[in-house]
Amino acid sequence: MEHLHGFVQLLPQQVVNGVTLGATYALIALGYTMVYGIIQLINFAHGEVYMIGAFTGLIMVTVYKVNFFLAMLAAILVCVPLAVLIERVAYRPLRNSTRLAPLISALGVSLFLQTLVTLIKGDPNPLGFPEVVRDTVYRLGPVTFSLVQLVILIVAGALMILLHLTVKYTKVGKAMRATSESYEIANLMGINVNRIISFTFALGAALAGAGGVLVGMYVNSVNPLMGVVVGLKSFCAAVLGGIGSIPGAMLGGIFLGVAEVMGVAAGFGTYRDAIAFALLILVLLLRPTGLLGRPIQRKV
Amino acid sequence: MDGIMRILTDPYYIQVLTLTGIYLIAALGLHLITGVTGQFSFGHAGFMSIGAYTAALLTLHLHTPLILNLLVGGLAAGFAGILLGFPSLKLTGDYLGITTLGFAEIVRVVFINMKITGGTQGLAGIPKETSLLLVIVVAVLSVWCMYRIQNSRFGRALMAIREDDIAAEAMGINTLIYKVKAFAVGTFFAGVSGGLYAHLMQYLNPFDFGVTRSFDLLNFVVLGGLGSIPGTILGTTVLTMAPEFLRFVNKYRMLIYSALMVIMMIFRPNGLLGGVHLKDLRRAFTRRRSTEMASQ
Amino acid sequence: MPALLELDNITISFGGLTALNRVSLRVEEGKINSLIGPNGAGKSTIFNVITGIYTPTYGRVIFQGEDITREKPYLITARGIARTFQNIRLFKNLTVLDNVKIGCHSSSRAGLFGAVTRLGWVKREEREITARAQRALEIVGLASKGDELAKNLPYGEQRRLEIARALAASPRLLLLDEPAAGMNPQEKQTLMEMVQRIREMNITIMLVEHDMSFVMNLSDHVDVLNYGEKIAGGTPAEIRQNPRVIEAYLGNEIE
Repeated sequence: MEHLHGFVQLLPQQVVNGVTLGATYALIALGYTMVYGIIQLINFAHGEVYMIGAFTGLIMVTVYKVNFFLAMLAAILVCVPLAVLIERVAYRPLRNSTRLAPLISALGVSLFLQTLVTLIKGDPNPLGFPEVVRDTVYRLGPVTFSLVQLVILIVAGALMILLHLTVKYTKVGKAMRATSESYEIANLMGINVNRIISFTFALGAALAGAGGVLVGMYVNSVNPLMGVVVGLKSFCAAVLGGIGSIPGAMLGGIFLGVAEVMGVAAGFGTYRDAIAFALLILVLLLRPTGLLGRPIQRKV
Repeated sequence: MDGIMRILTDPYYIQVLTLTGIYLIAALGLHLITGVTGQFSFGHAGFMSIGAYTAALLTLHLHTPLILNLLVGGLAAGFAGILLGFPSLKLTGDYLGITTLGFAEIVRVVFINMKITGGTQGLAGIPKETSLLLVIVVAVLSVWCMYRIQNSRFGRALMAIREDDIAAEAMGINTLIYKVKAFAVGTFFAGVSGGLYAHLMQYLNPFDFGVTRSFDLLNFVVLGGLGSIPGTILGTTVLTMAPEFLRFVNKYRMLIYSALMVIMMIFRPNGLLGGVHLKDLRRAFTRRRSTEMASQ
Repeated sequence: MPALLELDNITISFGGLTALNRVSLRVEEGKINSLIGPNGAGKSTIFNVITGIYTPTYGRVIFQGEDITREKPYLITARGIARTFQNIRLFKNLTVLDNVKIGCHSSSRAGLFGAVTRLGWVKREEREITARAQRALEIVGLASKGDELAKNLPYGEQRRLEIARALAASPRLLLLDEPAAGMNPQEKQTLMEMVQRIREMNITIMLVEHDMSFVMNLSDHVDVLNYGEKIAGGTPAEIRQNPRVIEAYLGNEIE
């Protein structure tokens, strides 16, 4: 009873923490959902792009002593060409083969990058992130915000609005949507499908790179395997929201973040990593195409 | 000859060979699910762990004979497969894949939180009852079973589902039930394999059965040639032994291994033996023989 | 005499769009019944409703006096309705013979246990399946191609293989969805003879086809659909003279 009382009292604070965590999931989920929407591939290497973003940010602030925003920019500048290269080398040659071939290739890239970073770093142990944003705490009624949380919410929010505007109003955004509707027809309409796919990977990688720096800073830890679990959870978020749907990925990310923080607060801390998957299975069984996904009509 | 004898008596190589056989049994199960029936499973290691813990706990607490424990482990995994299969096999492709992956992760976290499994400390003190001979016997039996299954009315129904599920249903096949059955048999194999694994390693830890292991098994099945039993055998053998042979470049072996995964897919997206049919080979061979005879 | 198959006021809509509107028709036993109409008239949708792939919003499907409207596709096949598909749906990577053997699924019963043990009755059943599949291949003239992969057959033979696969299910009613599509006149002639031979085997046939001379030469009864509604039904001679049909669809194609 006492436990429950405490839980309720802390509820608003948990929501704030959950939304912060969820915003980082959403940033990464967007990359999964956009790529899946356009070439129906679970880009397993996306988690590693995020990991490399985090390392780039870490190097920038520790070695080059730049401020946090420059570090994020640098991470984006590293991740974008990396993701475009991955698509070019490991996915494009497999575009017309069986469904499993690009998946295995993606797993190969993922494993390759994990190993590569571990080799360069020397060991798989985590590194701390220096304090780049002052440890200030703001109080607002029953909840407290740390400055870091505020930065995450503002940056993630701004990036998502930027993405939304790009996809909705720019020419390349319209071409992206056309390509995800139908690959062949977009091609016939004179859209350079290869360029659009590269652009999609670039967009997703930019968000993941920024996400890597934000998370590294938030949890104060960066390691070569950090992309695995976060990557899988973010993919869950994308599926939860309805794969292929950009608002769906945002909603799914936030939903997952809040659920996870609540779950931990409710005393299921040791089950933390299972919460995302349990939710995913539940939602898929009730709504096979996710929260905001379009229903599929069987074509005969 | 001398070299072979040395390998066969070296405990290290025996261990590698035994492990290869154990993985082969699990891979054959996945072959039935993914290669024959065309259903994605990214959580096969989770079912292996169910079999492993079940068999190990039976040995430790009830002291029942190994064969029985392996069987019960297999049945437990198969039962879990049915439990997951009924609701989730209505999903298709990647959705099914990610659901199975999630299920395996949940199983893993549950084992971490259970007292009887030793939690994160792992389960130690399992007697070493798995021998190379036993593994060979079970593996051969599994291959034999798989051949019989594939060349039967049951196997044809599974392949029909893989090729076109709407046409399969129009031919009178209850696709959901058949998919669940394939899943049950496939996860049964994983469970048996897990039981053997437990009694070889003598120690179990939930981290042994994570996503990486599941994807390794998927690799075995795809890289050898999806849908082909010889392909699964080849894939499992090569990929289990490859890291051992790459020991001379110890530091870089995982790097080479992962790069090979990508390169293999680019140059042979259907796997090493994909698209190669024994019948075609035999026909090509006899044709060459007859032309040779004619030219003589 | 009661009809073998009866559609009673079938209505189906997809997201507000009515694909079939109160369509009623009867398929008489032992006859060749055709369904014609312009593209998008709802002909294939009728096949999908009969075989249980779509569930109608309203109306009933009656087969041999029993309501099968909400039955699962595999159970409908077991009752004796087999079909082919407009866009060929073969099991591409399996052999021709295996494709047809799969057609025998409903009328055999060996399962997982039988597969592993291969008891006497299982072997007998398997021999029976092979023999039946071989006979079905003979009917469509593909008996010598059993070992080829289905995807390697030329287009016309793939269409015939679909018919053999459906025949292997020993149906009472065979639904053929545009069997002559893409065939040359000579192939069409062979197909026509084949369909007649199938009818002589006491199998009732329902045919969707665009080729008018094919339909008019072969059918005992023709129903005409337009925009999801049935506008006429009768013998080929009656359809030829029906003013609504001429106006709505045939125009000056038939003189």
